[in-house]
Amino acid sequence: MKVEQISIFLENRAGRLTDVTRVLSQAKVNIRALSLADTSDFGILRLIVTDHERAKQVLKENGFTVGRTSVVAVEVDDRPGGLHSILELLSNNQINVEYMYAFVQQTGKDAVMIFRFDRTDQAVEILQENKIRIIPGDELYNL
Amino acid sequence: MIFDIENETAPREDLEPLQLSRLRNLVERVNANVPFYRRKFEEIGIRPEQVKSLNDLKYLPFTEKQDLRNNYPFGLFAVPKENVVRIHASSGTTGKATVVGYTHRDVRNWASLMARAFMAAGVNRGDVVHNAYGYGLFTGGLGVHYGAEELGATIVPISGGGTRRQVMLLRDFGPTVLCSTPSYSLFLFEAAQEAGISFSELPIRVGIFGAEPWSEEMRQDIQSKLGLIALDIYGLSEIMGPGVAMECAAAQKGLHIFEDHFLPEIIDPITGEQLPPGETGELVLTTLTKEAQPLIRYRTRDITALNYVPCRCGRTHVRMNRVKGRSDDMLIIRGVNVFPSQIEALLLETEGLTPHYQLILDRQGAMDTLEVRVEVDEKLFSDEVRHLQRLEGKIQGNIKEFLGVTAKVKLVEPRSLTRSEGKAKRIIDQRPKA
Repeated sequence: MKVEQISIFLENRAGRLTDVTRVLSQAKVNIRALSLADTSDFGILRLIVTDHERAKQVLKENGFTVGRTSVVAVEVDDRPGGLHSILELLSNNQINVEYMYAFVQQTGKDAVMIFRFDRTDQAVEILQENKIRIIPGDELYNL
Repeated sequence: MIFDIENETAPREDLEPLQLSRLRNLVERVNANVPFYRRKFEEIGIRPEQVKSLNDLKYLPFTEKQDLRNNYPFGLFAVPKENVVRIHASSGTTGKATVVGYTHRDVRNWASLMARAFMAAGVNRGDVVHNAYGYGLFTGGLGVHYGAEELGATIVPISGGGTRRQVMLLRDFGPTVLCSTPSYSLFLFEAAQEAGISFSELPIRVGIFGAEPWSEEMRQDIQSKLGLIALDIYGLSEIMGPGVAMECAAAQKGLHIFEDHFLPEIIDPITGEQLPPGETGELVLTTLTKEAQPLIRYRTRDITALNYVPCRCGRTHVRMNRVKGRSDDMLIIRGVNVFPSQIEALLLETEGLTPHYQLILDRQGAMDTLEVRVEVDEKLFSDEVRHLQRLEGKIQGNIKEFLGVTAKVKLVEPRSLTRSEGKAKRIIDQRPKA
Protein backbone atom coordinates (compact mmCIF):
# COMPACT_ATOMS: atom_id res chain seq x y z
CA MET A 1 0.00 0.00 0.00
CA LYS A 2 3.02 2.22 0.13
CA VAL A 3 4.32 4.61 -2.46
CA GLU A 4 8.00 4.98 -3.33
CA GLN A 5 9.27 8.50 -3.13
CA ILE A 6 12.73 9.60 -4.15
CA SER A 7 14.50 12.47 -2.45
CA ILE A 8 17.41 14.49 -3.76
CA PHE A 9 19.96 16.57 -1.88
CA LEU A 10 20.35 20.01 -3.45
CA GLU A 11 22.65 22.84 -2.65
CA ASN A 12 20.96 26.21 -2.70
CA ARG A 13 22.42 27.58 -5.85
CA ALA A 14 20.98 28.74 -9.11
CA GLY A 15 20.26 26.09 -11.67
CA ARG A 16 20.38 23.02 -9.45
CA LEU A 17 16.64 22.39 -9.65
CA THR A 18 16.79 22.83 -13.41
CA ASP A 19 19.54 20.21 -13.53
CA VAL A 20 17.18 17.72 -11.91
CA THR A 21 14.27 18.46 -14.21
CA ARG A 22 16.57 18.30 -17.23
CA VAL A 23 17.86 14.86 -16.28
CA LEU A 24 14.33 13.57 -15.65
CA SER A 25 13.02 15.10 -18.83
CA GLN A 26 15.75 13.51 -20.92
CA ALA A 27 15.02 10.16 -19.27
CA LYS A 28 11.33 10.63 -20.08
CA VAL A 29 10.35 10.33 -16.45
CA ASN A 30 7.21 12.23 -15.49
CA ILE A 31 6.88 13.97 -12.15
CA ARG A 32 3.60 13.13 -10.43
CA ALA A 33 4.06 15.15 -7.24
CA LEU A 34 6.79 17.12 -5.57
CA SER A 35 7.72 19.01 -2.46
CA LEU A 36 10.81 21.01 -1.68
CA ALA A 37 12.02 21.45 1.88
CA ASP A 38 14.70 24.03 2.19
CA THR A 39 17.07 25.68 4.62
CA SER A 40 19.38 28.58 3.89
CA ASP A 41 22.11 26.21 2.68
CA PHE A 42 20.47 23.19 1.16
CA GLY A 43 17.19 21.76 0.04
CA ILE A 44 15.65 18.33 -0.13
CA LEU A 45 13.54 17.74 -3.18
CA ARG A 46 10.99 14.94 -2.75
CA LEU A 47 9.44 13.47 -5.85
CA ILE A 48 6.89 10.93 -6.83
CA VAL A 49 7.51 9.94 -10.41
CA THR A 50 6.22 7.53 -12.99
CA ASP A 51 9.35 5.35 -12.78
CA HIS A 52 11.34 5.78 -9.57
CA GLU A 53 13.95 3.11 -10.42
CA ARG A 54 14.85 4.84 -13.65
CA ALA A 55 14.72 8.30 -12.04
CA LYS A 56 17.06 7.20 -9.27
CA GLN A 57 19.48 5.65 -11.70
CA VAL A 58 19.74 8.64 -14.05
CA LEU A 59 19.99 11.12 -11.20
CA LYS A 60 22.79 9.11 -9.59
CA GLU A 61 24.57 8.89 -12.92
CA ASN A 62 24.46 12.66 -12.99
CA GLY A 63 26.12 12.95 -9.60
CA PHE A 64 23.12 13.60 -7.38
CA THR A 65 22.71 12.11 -3.94
CA VAL A 66 19.41 10.27 -4.09
CA GLY A 67 17.49 8.60 -1.30
CA ARG A 68 14.36 6.47 -1.35
CA THR A 69 11.55 6.51 1.19
CA SER A 70 8.19 4.78 1.51
CA VAL A 71 5.36 7.23 1.91
CA VAL A 72 1.59 6.83 2.01
CA ALA A 73 -0.86 8.46 -0.39
CA VAL A 74 -4.24 9.09 1.13
CA GLU A 75 -7.41 10.19 -0.60
CA VAL A 76 -8.93 13.11 1.24
CA ASP A 77 -12.50 14.26 0.84
CA ASP A 78 -12.53 17.64 -0.82
CA ARG A 79 -14.69 19.34 1.83
CA PRO A 80 -14.08 21.39 4.98
CA GLY A 81 -12.72 19.10 7.69
CA GLY A 82 -11.63 16.39 5.23
CA LEU A 83 -7.97 16.58 6.15
CA HIS A 84 -8.69 17.36 9.79
CA SER A 85 -10.59 14.11 10.37
CA ILE A 86 -7.64 12.08 9.04
CA LEU A 87 -5.05 13.94 11.07
CA GLU A 88 -7.16 13.64 14.18
CA LEU A 89 -7.44 9.92 13.70
CA LEU A 90 -3.69 9.57 13.39
CA SER A 91 -2.97 11.86 16.28
CA ASN A 92 -5.33 9.87 18.51
CA ASN A 93 -3.20 6.85 17.72
CA GLN A 94 0.08 8.62 18.49
CA ILE A 95 1.24 8.56 14.88
CA ASN A 96 3.49 11.45 14.07
CA VAL A 97 3.56 13.09 10.65
CA GLU A 98 7.15 13.80 9.66
CA TYR A 99 6.02 15.80 6.66
CA MET A 100 3.24 15.92 4.13
CA TYR A 101 2.36 17.48 0.85
CA ALA A 102 -0.57 17.56 -1.53
CA PHE A 103 -1.05 15.85 -4.81
CA VAL A 104 -3.53 17.21 -7.33
CA GLN A 105 -5.66 14.74 -9.22
CA GLN A 106 -6.82 15.51 -12.68
CA THR A 107 -10.37 14.49 -11.91
CA GLY A 108 -10.51 17.20 -9.27
CA LYS A 109 -12.96 15.23 -7.16
CA ASP A 110 -10.72 14.35 -4.25
CA ALA A 111 -7.43 15.65 -3.01
CA VAL A 112 -4.52 13.31 -2.38
CA MET A 113 -2.13 13.87 0.50
CA ILE A 114 1.31 12.30 0.61
CA PHE A 115 2.35 11.48 4.16
CA ARG A 116 5.63 10.47 5.69
CA PHE A 117 4.86 8.91 9.09
CA ASP A 118 7.22 7.97 11.85
CA ARG A 119 5.47 4.54 12.02
CA THR A 120 4.37 3.86 8.49
CA ASP A 121 3.01 0.33 8.93
CA GLN A 122 0.83 1.20 11.90
CA ALA A 123 -0.45 4.29 10.10
CA VAL A 124 -1.49 2.21 7.10
CA GLU A 125 -3.28 -0.23 9.39
CA ILE A 126 -5.24 2.48 11.17
CA LEU A 127 -6.23 4.19 7.94
CA GLN A 128 -7.44 0.92 6.48
CA GLU A 129 -9.41 0.02 9.60
CA ASN A 130 -11.17 3.35 9.28
CA LYS A 131 -11.99 2.83 5.63
CA ILE A 132 -9.85 5.68 4.44
CA ARG A 133 -8.73 5.03 0.92
CA ILE A 134 -5.03 4.60 0.40
CA ILE A 135 -3.85 4.88 -3.15
CA PRO A 136 -1.36 2.14 -4.04
CA GLY A 137 1.88 3.04 -5.80
CA ASP A 138 1.06 1.46 -9.14
CA GLU A 139 -2.16 3.38 -9.36
CA LEU A 140 -0.58 6.66 -8.33
CA TYR A 141 2.37 6.50 -10.74
CA ASN A 142 -0.07 5.99 -13.62
CA LEU A 143 -2.99 8.18 -12.66
CA MET B 1 63.42 -6.29 5.18
CA ILE B 2 66.10 -3.63 5.30
CA PHE B 3 67.80 -2.37 2.14
CA ASP B 4 71.00 -1.03 3.69
CA ILE B 5 71.42 -2.99 6.92
CA GLU B 6 74.81 -1.52 7.77
CA ASN B 7 73.67 2.09 7.66
CA GLU B 8 70.03 1.76 8.65
CA THR B 9 70.75 -0.27 11.78
CA ALA B 10 74.03 1.36 12.80
CA PRO B 11 74.24 1.86 16.59
CA ARG B 12 73.93 5.52 17.51
CA GLU B 13 77.52 5.56 18.79
CA ASP B 14 78.63 4.79 15.24
CA LEU B 15 76.00 6.91 13.53
CA GLU B 16 76.74 10.13 15.37
CA PRO B 17 80.48 10.31 14.58
CA LEU B 18 79.58 9.70 10.93
CA GLN B 19 77.05 12.54 11.07
CA LEU B 20 79.62 14.82 12.70
CA SER B 21 82.33 14.18 10.14
CA ARG B 22 79.82 14.74 7.33
CA LEU B 23 78.56 17.92 8.97
CA ARG B 24 82.08 19.33 9.31
CA ASN B 25 82.84 18.48 5.72
CA LEU B 26 79.55 20.11 4.66
CA VAL B 27 80.24 23.35 6.49
CA GLU B 28 83.66 23.56 4.89
CA ARG B 29 82.27 22.88 1.44
CA VAL B 30 79.54 25.49 1.56
CA ASN B 31 81.91 28.02 3.11
CA ALA B 32 84.29 27.50 0.23
CA ASN B 33 81.78 27.23 -2.62
CA VAL B 34 78.56 29.06 -1.80
CA PRO B 35 78.90 32.84 -1.34
CA PHE B 36 75.49 32.95 0.36
CA TYR B 37 76.71 30.69 3.18
CA ARG B 38 80.14 32.33 3.39
CA ARG B 39 78.42 35.69 3.99
CA LYS B 40 76.05 34.20 6.53
CA PHE B 41 78.90 32.60 8.48
CA GLU B 42 80.81 35.88 8.44
CA GLU B 43 77.77 37.81 9.63
CA ILE B 44 77.38 35.68 12.73
CA GLY B 45 81.12 35.27 13.16
CA ILE B 46 81.43 31.52 12.85
CA ARG B 47 84.33 29.68 11.21
CA PRO B 48 83.95 26.11 9.86
CA GLU B 49 86.63 24.74 12.18
CA GLN B 50 84.55 25.84 15.19
CA VAL B 51 82.04 23.08 14.50
CA LYS B 52 83.39 20.39 16.82
CA SER B 53 80.34 18.45 17.92
CA LEU B 54 76.80 17.78 16.71
CA ASN B 55 75.74 20.06 19.53
CA ASP B 56 77.37 22.97 17.69
CA LEU B 57 74.73 22.66 14.99
CA LYS B 58 72.57 25.11 16.87
CA TYR B 59 75.10 27.91 16.26
CA LEU B 60 74.77 27.57 12.50
CA PRO B 61 72.34 29.83 10.60
CA PHE B 62 68.99 28.67 9.31
CA THR B 63 68.20 28.46 5.63
CA GLU B 64 64.70 29.47 4.65
CA LYS B 65 62.62 29.00 1.55
CA GLN B 66 63.00 32.72 0.87
CA ASP B 67 66.78 32.24 0.67
CA LEU B 68 66.25 29.79 -2.18
CA ARG B 69 63.98 32.27 -3.91
CA ASN B 70 66.45 35.11 -3.43
CA ASN B 71 69.14 32.98 -5.04
CA TYR B 72 66.93 31.82 -7.90
CA PRO B 73 67.76 29.89 -9.93
CA PHE B 74 71.26 28.51 -9.34
CA GLY B 75 72.76 30.77 -6.67
CA LEU B 76 73.02 28.05 -4.00
CA PHE B 77 74.81 25.48 -6.14
CA ALA B 78 77.99 24.25 -4.45
CA VAL B 79 79.46 22.57 -7.53
CA PRO B 80 80.26 23.81 -11.04
CA LYS B 81 77.19 23.87 -13.25
CA GLU B 82 78.56 21.11 -15.51
CA ASN B 83 78.49 18.66 -12.55
CA VAL B 84 74.75 19.15 -12.14
CA VAL B 85 72.95 16.33 -13.94
CA ARG B 86 69.38 17.12 -12.97
CA ILE B 87 67.32 20.10 -11.94
CA HIS B 88 64.01 19.94 -10.10
CA ALA B 89 61.82 22.74 -8.84
CA SER B 90 59.03 22.97 -6.33
CA SER B 91 55.54 23.72 -7.56
CA GLY B 92 55.81 27.38 -6.63
CA THR B 93 52.21 27.37 -5.40
CA THR B 94 53.03 29.87 -2.69
CA GLY B 95 55.41 32.08 -4.63
CA LYS B 96 58.37 31.78 -6.95
CA ALA B 97 59.53 28.23 -7.59
CA THR B 98 62.49 26.97 -5.61
CA VAL B 99 65.12 25.22 -7.67
CA VAL B 100 67.23 22.25 -6.62
CA GLY B 101 70.21 20.73 -8.47
CA TYR B 102 71.58 17.19 -8.22
CA THR B 103 74.95 15.74 -9.13
CA HIS B 104 75.25 12.24 -10.46
CA ARG B 105 76.05 11.00 -6.97
CA ASP B 106 73.07 12.92 -5.51
CA VAL B 107 70.74 11.18 -7.93
CA ARG B 108 72.24 7.80 -7.03
CA ASN B 109 71.98 8.46 -3.30
CA TRP B 110 68.38 9.53 -3.78
CA ALA B 111 67.57 6.31 -5.64
CA SER B 112 69.10 4.20 -2.89
CA LEU B 113 67.22 6.14 -0.20
CA MET B 114 63.97 5.59 -2.06
CA ALA B 115 64.88 1.90 -2.34
CA ARG B 116 65.29 1.91 1.45
CA ALA B 117 61.86 3.48 1.71
CA PHE B 118 60.31 0.83 -0.50
CA MET B 119 61.86 -1.96 1.49
CA ALA B 120 60.67 -0.40 4.73
CA ALA B 121 57.18 -0.69 3.21
CA GLY B 122 57.76 -4.38 2.52
CA VAL B 123 58.22 -3.82 -1.21
CA ASN B 124 60.86 -5.79 -3.10
CA ARG B 125 61.83 -7.24 -6.47
CA GLY B 126 58.81 -8.83 -8.08
CA ASP B 127 56.50 -6.04 -6.94
CA VAL B 128 54.79 -3.88 -9.53
CA VAL B 129 54.65 -0.20 -8.53
CA HIS B 130 51.87 1.99 -9.93
CA ASN B 131 53.41 5.44 -9.67
CA ALA B 132 50.75 8.14 -9.81
CA TYR B 133 53.01 10.91 -8.54
CA GLY B 134 53.54 13.56 -11.17
CA TYR B 135 56.63 13.30 -13.35
CA GLY B 136 58.47 16.44 -14.26
CA LEU B 137 59.93 19.25 -12.22
CA PHE B 138 58.07 17.94 -9.19
CA THR B 139 60.32 15.45 -7.40
CA GLY B 140 57.61 12.91 -6.52
CA GLY B 141 57.38 11.01 -9.79
CA LEU B 142 61.04 10.63 -10.66
CA GLY B 143 62.09 10.09 -7.04
CA VAL B 144 59.80 7.09 -6.72
CA HIS B 145 60.70 5.93 -10.22
CA TYR B 146 64.46 5.69 -9.69
CA GLY B 147 63.99 4.14 -6.26
CA ALA B 148 61.81 1.35 -7.62
CA GLU B 149 64.32 0.65 -10.39
CA GLU B 150 67.21 0.68 -7.91
CA LEU B 151 65.35 -1.93 -5.90
CA GLY B 152 64.61 -4.00 -8.98
CA ALA B 153 60.84 -3.70 -8.76
CA THR B 154 58.70 -3.13 -11.85
CA ILE B 155 57.61 0.46 -12.23
CA VAL B 156 54.53 1.71 -14.09
CA PRO B 157 55.31 5.40 -14.69
CA ILE B 158 51.71 6.50 -15.17
CA SER B 159 52.28 9.91 -13.51
CA GLY B 160 49.31 12.03 -12.38
CA GLY B 161 46.06 12.63 -14.24
CA GLY B 162 43.99 10.60 -16.66
CA THR B 163 42.12 8.91 -13.87
CA ARG B 164 40.01 6.59 -16.03
CA ARG B 165 43.13 5.31 -17.72
CA GLN B 166 44.76 4.82 -14.32
CA VAL B 167 41.84 2.67 -13.25
CA MET B 168 42.12 0.61 -16.43
CA LEU B 169 45.82 -0.03 -15.80
CA LEU B 170 45.23 -0.86 -12.15
CA ARG B 171 42.95 -3.60 -13.40
CA ASP B 172 45.08 -4.73 -16.33
CA PHE B 173 48.63 -4.55 -14.93
CA GLY B 174 47.81 -5.83 -11.46
CA PRO B 175 50.19 -3.59 -9.50
CA THR B 176 50.96 -4.60 -5.92
CA VAL B 177 52.04 -1.13 -4.78
CA LEU B 178 50.33 2.23 -5.23
CA CYS B 179 52.27 5.50 -4.91
CA SER B 180 50.19 8.69 -4.87
CA THR B 181 48.96 11.46 -2.64
CA PRO B 182 46.53 10.10 -0.02
CA SER B 183 43.68 12.17 -1.40
CA TYR B 184 44.29 10.89 -4.92
CA SER B 185 44.10 7.30 -3.72
CA LEU B 186 40.52 7.97 -2.62
CA PHE B 187 39.82 9.66 -5.92
CA LEU B 188 41.06 6.52 -7.69
CA PHE B 189 38.88 4.43 -5.42
CA GLU B 190 35.80 6.42 -6.39
CA ALA B 191 36.70 6.25 -10.07
CA ALA B 192 37.24 2.49 -9.83
CA GLN B 193 33.87 2.06 -8.16
CA GLU B 194 32.25 4.00 -10.98
CA ALA B 195 33.92 1.70 -13.47
CA GLY B 196 32.58 -1.28 -11.55
CA ILE B 197 36.01 -2.33 -10.27
CA SER B 198 36.41 -3.30 -6.66
CA PHE B 199 39.75 -2.34 -5.11
CA SER B 200 39.59 -5.27 -2.74
CA GLU B 201 39.81 -7.61 -5.73
CA LEU B 202 42.98 -5.93 -7.04
CA PRO B 203 46.35 -7.34 -5.92
CA ILE B 204 47.51 -3.98 -4.49
CA ARG B 205 48.67 -4.57 -0.92
CA VAL B 206 50.67 -1.46 -0.04
CA GLY B 207 50.06 2.24 -0.59
CA ILE B 208 52.91 4.72 -0.19
CA PHE B 209 51.33 8.07 0.34
CA GLY B 210 52.87 11.49 0.76
CA ALA B 211 53.19 15.06 -0.54
CA GLU B 212 50.36 16.35 1.64
CA PRO B 213 49.52 16.18 5.33
CA TRP B 214 46.98 13.51 6.26
CA SER B 215 45.59 12.19 9.49
CA GLU B 216 45.54 8.79 11.18
CA GLU B 217 41.76 8.70 10.62
CA MET B 218 42.34 9.24 6.91
CA ARG B 219 44.78 6.32 6.96
CA GLN B 220 42.12 4.07 8.53
CA ASP B 221 39.61 5.22 5.96
CA ILE B 222 41.97 4.51 3.04
CA GLN B 223 42.99 1.14 4.45
CA SER B 224 39.44 -0.05 4.90
CA LYS B 225 38.22 1.23 1.54
CA LEU B 226 41.17 0.22 -0.62
CA GLY B 227 42.10 -2.92 1.28
CA LEU B 228 45.80 -2.17 1.58
CA ILE B 229 48.39 -1.10 4.12
CA ALA B 230 48.73 2.67 3.88
CA LEU B 231 52.15 4.06 4.75
CA ASP B 232 53.39 7.60 5.07
CA ILE B 233 56.41 8.85 3.14
CA TYR B 234 58.07 12.19 3.67
CA GLY B 235 60.28 14.36 1.58
CA LEU B 236 60.61 17.82 0.17
CA SER B 237 62.23 19.01 -3.00
CA GLU B 238 64.51 21.48 -1.22
CA ILE B 239 66.13 18.63 0.69
CA MET B 240 65.91 15.93 -1.98
CA GLY B 241 62.37 14.75 -2.77
CA PRO B 242 60.47 11.71 -1.49
CA GLY B 243 62.54 9.33 0.62
CA VAL B 244 63.87 11.71 3.26
CA ALA B 245 61.87 9.68 5.77
CA MET B 246 59.67 6.62 5.54
CA GLU B 247 57.26 4.83 7.80
CA CYS B 248 58.08 1.15 8.26
CA ALA B 249 55.37 -1.46 7.76
CA ALA B 250 56.67 -3.31 10.83
CA ALA B 251 55.60 -0.64 13.29
CA GLN B 252 53.45 1.72 11.18
CA LYS B 253 54.20 4.31 13.78
CA GLY B 254 56.36 7.21 12.70
CA LEU B 255 58.72 7.76 9.79
CA HIS B 256 62.40 6.88 9.98
CA ILE B 257 64.51 9.83 8.89
CA PHE B 258 67.52 8.47 7.01
CA GLU B 259 69.89 10.04 9.46
CA ASP B 260 73.16 9.16 7.77
CA HIS B 261 72.06 11.63 5.04
CA PHE B 262 69.85 14.10 6.86
CA LEU B 263 70.40 15.62 10.28
CA PRO B 264 67.08 16.50 11.93
CA GLU B 265 66.22 18.99 14.66
CA ILE B 266 62.97 20.28 16.09
CA ILE B 267 62.73 23.97 16.84
CA ASP B 268 60.18 26.33 18.27
CA PRO B 269 58.87 27.96 15.06
CA ILE B 270 58.61 31.33 16.76
CA THR B 271 61.83 31.62 18.76
CA GLY B 272 63.98 29.32 16.60
CA GLU B 273 65.29 27.56 19.74
CA GLN B 274 66.01 23.84 19.59
CA LEU B 275 63.42 21.76 21.44
CA PRO B 276 64.19 18.59 23.42
CA PRO B 277 63.38 15.17 21.90
CA GLY B 278 59.69 14.34 21.92
CA GLU B 279 58.46 17.91 21.80
CA THR B 280 56.37 19.13 18.91
CA GLY B 281 57.72 21.90 16.74
CA GLU B 282 59.10 22.69 13.32
CA LEU B 283 61.34 20.16 11.61
CA VAL B 284 64.71 21.51 10.50
CA LEU B 285 66.92 19.42 8.23
CA THR B 286 70.58 19.61 7.29
CA THR B 287 71.66 17.68 4.20
CA LEU B 288 74.79 15.74 5.15
CA THR B 289 75.72 14.28 1.77
CA LYS B 290 74.13 16.47 -0.87
CA GLU B 291 76.75 17.72 -3.34
CA ALA B 292 74.99 20.00 -5.82
CA GLN B 293 72.87 22.00 -3.44
CA PRO B 294 73.52 21.22 0.21
CA LEU B 295 71.43 23.09 2.75
CA ILE B 296 72.22 23.92 6.32
CA ARG B 297 69.40 23.90 8.87
CA TYR B 298 66.64 24.18 6.33
CA ARG B 299 63.37 25.22 7.93
CA THR B 300 60.83 22.81 6.50
CA ARG B 301 57.82 24.54 8.15
CA ASP B 302 56.47 21.05 8.82
CA ILE B 303 55.21 20.52 12.35
CA THR B 304 56.17 17.20 13.93
CA ALA B 305 58.10 15.63 16.82
CA LEU B 306 61.08 13.25 16.93
CA ASN B 307 60.88 9.88 18.60
CA TYR B 308 64.22 8.25 19.59
CA VAL B 309 62.61 5.13 21.08
CA PRO B 310 64.11 2.07 19.31
CA CYS B 311 61.76 0.72 16.66
CA ARG B 312 60.74 -2.90 16.44
CA CYS B 313 61.77 -3.00 12.77
CA GLY B 314 65.42 -2.82 13.83
CA ARG B 315 66.25 0.51 12.24
CA THR B 316 68.15 2.82 14.56
CA HIS B 317 67.21 5.97 12.70
CA VAL B 318 65.01 8.38 14.60
CA ARG B 319 61.31 8.47 13.77
CA MET B 320 59.36 11.62 13.08
CA ASN B 321 55.65 11.70 13.81
CA ARG B 322 53.16 12.13 11.04
CA VAL B 323 53.32 15.78 9.95
CA LYS B 324 50.60 17.63 11.78
CA GLY B 325 50.55 20.57 9.43
CA ARG B 326 52.81 23.34 8.31
CA SER B 327 53.79 26.20 10.52
CA ASP B 328 52.73 28.47 7.66
CA ASP B 329 49.50 26.48 7.07
CA MET B 330 48.56 26.73 10.70
CA LEU B 331 45.32 28.63 10.79
CA ILE B 332 44.96 31.21 13.46
CA ILE B 333 41.24 31.66 13.90
CA ARG B 334 40.34 34.27 16.49
CA GLY B 335 43.63 33.56 18.16
CA VAL B 336 43.19 29.78 18.24
CA ASN B 337 45.76 27.66 16.42
CA VAL B 338 44.09 25.09 14.21
CA PHE B 339 45.63 22.69 11.74
CA PRO B 340 43.42 21.51 8.89
CA SER B 341 44.38 17.92 9.77
CA GLN B 342 42.65 18.31 13.14
CA ILE B 343 39.40 19.24 11.44
CA GLU B 344 39.83 16.35 9.04
CA ALA B 345 40.21 13.96 11.97
CA LEU B 346 37.00 15.22 13.57
CA LEU B 347 35.08 14.88 10.31
CA LEU B 348 36.26 11.33 9.79
CA GLU B 349 35.22 10.43 13.32
CA THR B 350 31.68 11.45 12.43
CA GLU B 351 30.24 8.34 10.93
CA GLY B 352 29.57 8.29 7.24
CA LEU B 353 31.35 11.48 6.33
CA THR B 354 33.44 11.48 3.20
CA PRO B 355 36.91 12.86 3.71
CA HIS B 356 36.21 15.54 1.14
CA TYR B 357 36.04 18.87 2.82
CA GLN B 358 37.11 22.45 2.40
CA LEU B 359 37.80 25.18 4.91
CA ILE B 360 36.77 28.70 3.99
CA LEU B 361 38.24 31.46 6.10
CA ASP B 362 36.90 34.94 5.95
CA ARG B 363 36.54 38.01 8.10
CA GLN B 364 33.43 39.86 9.15
CA GLY B 365 34.34 43.14 10.74
CA ALA B 366 37.19 42.26 13.07
CA MET B 367 36.10 38.65 13.48
CA ASP B 368 37.51 35.67 11.62
CA THR B 369 34.93 33.25 10.33
CA LEU B 370 35.43 29.60 9.47
CA GLU B 371 33.13 27.68 7.22
CA VAL B 372 33.61 23.95 6.90
CA ARG B 373 32.14 22.50 3.73
CA VAL B 374 31.51 18.79 3.83
CA GLU B 375 30.20 16.57 1.08
CA VAL B 376 27.08 14.53 1.84
CA ASP B 377 27.01 11.04 0.48
CA GLU B 378 24.17 8.56 0.24
CA LYS B 379 24.82 6.88 3.56
CA LEU B 380 24.42 10.19 5.25
CA PHE B 381 21.55 11.61 3.31
CA SER B 382 18.09 11.76 4.80
CA ASP B 383 14.87 13.02 3.28
CA GLU B 384 14.24 14.94 6.48
CA VAL B 385 15.73 18.36 6.97
CA ARG B 386 16.13 18.00 10.72
CA HIS B 387 18.37 14.92 10.37
CA LEU B 388 20.76 16.83 8.16
CA GLN B 389 20.63 19.83 10.42
CA ARG B 390 21.38 17.60 13.39
CA LEU B 391 24.43 16.32 11.53
CA GLU B 392 25.61 19.87 10.89
CA GLY B 393 25.10 20.63 14.54
CA LYS B 394 27.05 17.56 15.60
CA ILE B 395 30.07 18.48 13.47
CA GLN B 396 29.88 22.05 14.66
CA GLY B 397 29.69 20.87 18.25
CA ASN B 398 32.72 18.61 17.85
CA ILE B 399 34.80 21.40 16.33
CA LYS B 400 33.81 23.73 19.12
CA GLU B 401 34.45 21.16 21.82
CA PHE B 402 37.77 19.80 20.60
CA LEU B 403 39.31 22.81 18.87
CA GLY B 404 37.60 25.67 20.64
CA VAL B 405 36.57 27.31 17.39
CA THR B 406 33.08 28.20 16.27
CA ALA B 407 32.60 27.08 12.71
CA LYS B 408 29.70 27.20 10.34
CA VAL B 409 29.18 23.77 8.85
CA LYS B 410 27.73 23.57 5.39
CA LEU B 411 26.71 20.33 3.73
CA VAL B 412 27.36 20.29 0.02
CA GLU B 413 26.65 17.91 -2.81
CA PRO B 414 29.03 15.03 -3.48
CA ARG B 415 31.75 15.82 -5.98
CA SER B 416 31.05 19.53 -5.65
CA LEU B 417 34.38 20.22 -4.00
CA THR B 418 37.19 20.31 -6.51
CA ARG B 419 39.22 17.14 -6.69
CA SER B 420 42.87 17.65 -7.23
CA GLU B 421 45.04 15.08 -8.88
CA GLY B 422 48.00 16.39 -6.95
CA LYS B 423 47.84 18.09 -3.59
CA ALA B 424 44.35 18.64 -2.24
CA LYS B 425 43.31 22.27 -1.93
CA ARG B 426 41.65 22.26 1.44
CA ILE B 427 41.89 25.85 2.51
CA ILE B 428 40.48 28.95 0.95
CA ASP B 429 41.57 31.97 2.92
CA GLN B 430 39.59 35.01 1.91
CA ARG B 431 40.68 37.13 4.82
CA PRO B 432 42.17 40.45 3.84
CA LYS B 433 45.95 40.37 4.22
CA ALA B 434 47.26 42.58 6.98
